[in-house]
Amino acid sequence: MIEISHVNKWYTPSFQVLTDCTTSVTKGEVVVVCGPSGSGKSTLIKCVNALEPFQSGDILVDGTKVNDPKTNLPKLRSRVGMVFQHFELFPHLKIIDNLCLAQEKVLGRPHDKSVTKGMQLLERVGLKEQAQKFPAQLSGGQQQRVAIARALAMDPIVMLFDEPTSALDPEMVSEVLDVMVDLAREGMTMMVVTHEMGFARKVANRVIFMDRGEIVEDAPKDDFFGKPRSDRAQKFLSKILSH
Amino acid sequence: MFGNLDFDVIRRALPYLFYEGMTFTLTLTGLAALGGLVFGTALALMRLSGFKILGRIAGVYVDFMRSLPLVLVIFWFYFLVPYIGQWLTGASRPISVGAFASSLITFIMFEAAYFSEIMRAGIQSISRGQPAAASALGLTYAQTMRYVVLPQAFRNMLPVLITQTIVLFQDTSLVYVLSITDFLGAASKVAQRDGRLVEMYLFAAVVYFTISCIASFGVRRLQARIAIIR
Ligand SMILES: Nc1ncnc2c1ncn2[C@@H]1O[C@H](COP(=O)(O)OP(=O)(O)O)[C@@H](O)[C@H]1O
Ligand SMILES: [Mg+2]
Repeated sequence: MIEISHVNKWYTPSFQVLTDCTTSVTKGEVVVVCGPSGSGKSTLIKCVNALEPFQSGDILVDGTKVNDPKTNLPKLRSRVGMVFQHFELFPHLKIIDNLCLAQEKVLGRPHDKSVTKGMQLLERVGLKEQAQKFPAQLSGGQQQRVAIARALAMDPIVMLFDEPTSALDPEMVSEVLDVMVDLAREGMTMMVVTHEMGFARKVANRVIFMDRGEIVEDAPKDDFFGKPRSDRAQKFLSKILSH
Repeated sequence: MFGNLDFDVIRRALPYLFYEGMTFTLTLTGLAALGGLVFGTALALMRLSGFKILGRIAGVYVDFMRSLPLVLVIFWFYFLVPYIGQWLTGASRPISVGAFASSLITFIMFEAAYFSEIMRAGIQSISRGQPAAASALGLTYAQTMRYVVLPQAFRNMLPVLITQTIVLFQDTSLVYVLSITDFLGAASKVAQRDGRLVEMYLFAAVVYFTISCIASFGVRRLQARIAIIR
């Protein structure tokens, strides 16, 4: 579903953000990406839907080459759902309109069909009652669940998450993770940047550990948690698991 | 000194002052603000587009307009437009456009320079995550601007835009150089005709002051409300 091969990215020649990153996510797989802050996790995941350009290497999503200038990026992105750390709901639109905008403008769905779809998804994330409110009237956890619903409204073939719970108050983390766990169990293909190792243990198939722009470890979940091969991954794990 | 003032002249002139004068002033203000906002937003988008040449053209235009006194622009534009029109269409005689059209175009072009700077600040105030989220959903650049960035920029800048429109409302009185009957023009005609300069200009000042004050008060209320929403 996602093929990342030998991707390099730099802002200046001396500052390499991604170094020879190669990995893949197959259909129905859940891959968790972790690593210290500044290691390039967000950059890598944003390269997948071409929100960030890169200098060399290739990324294929469902067979479409992301870095091909001829690729219709809006069309490609409409099939790749993305959830951001800071939710990024559109504050000037009601919740239901947040869910309908792209359905109508990008997919060309009629308004009533988009609303029906939007309401179904809101119900699924437990927020049907909030449809007529504005984002600022919702809690962080609620906003993030709306953001997930908004991405799902496009019927994506894969979902990308960039630290979806790290901007949340601790008591709201689980409501968002629950939605993500359900999604994973239904077979959604997911690439998730997160430090929530509980989530990784529950539903991940593989865990990728990044450090300084490199993929240091890329292993099945049990291997990763059992005995990470690299020192850096071991240190990182002991640090985040100790609290 | 006020003993021989005749304030009844104002009462008698009211229909003329408001039906003709104020209607013209408000129409010109409204249309110029609307046109200036549309044209100004286009200039702001040019400057932020990432195309260097477009940005430069818009930048030079804005700087040029902002370094000229408005009265001069109104004046020159009125006399030049017929010739520009003649040159553009290849007509044999200068094309007369009329004082209203001429002043409206002038104000739109002049105000656009100011509105563009306001809208530019408004667009830049939107966090980069917003256009990123819109793109991630598959919206094109144009759709992202139209449905996500510009509505928020406009909403955030509304108080400043209205304040600029209040300035515009006062500036429209400069069309007197074209002997147009706007509110001030009407007042001044009555003043000359009846020899009641003090009364009429005093009254005109009070009217401009009152309307501007009420509008400013409205802006402050609006600002407070926007602060709560955000
Ligand atoms: N626009 C940019 N210009 C220069 N450096 C950047 C830019 N964006 C990110 N970086 C740098 O790239 C590195 C990787 O960032 P990021 O992918 O956000 O890391 P992570 O998500 O793992 O915390 C960081 O060192 C960051 O400072
Ligand atoms: Mg990050």
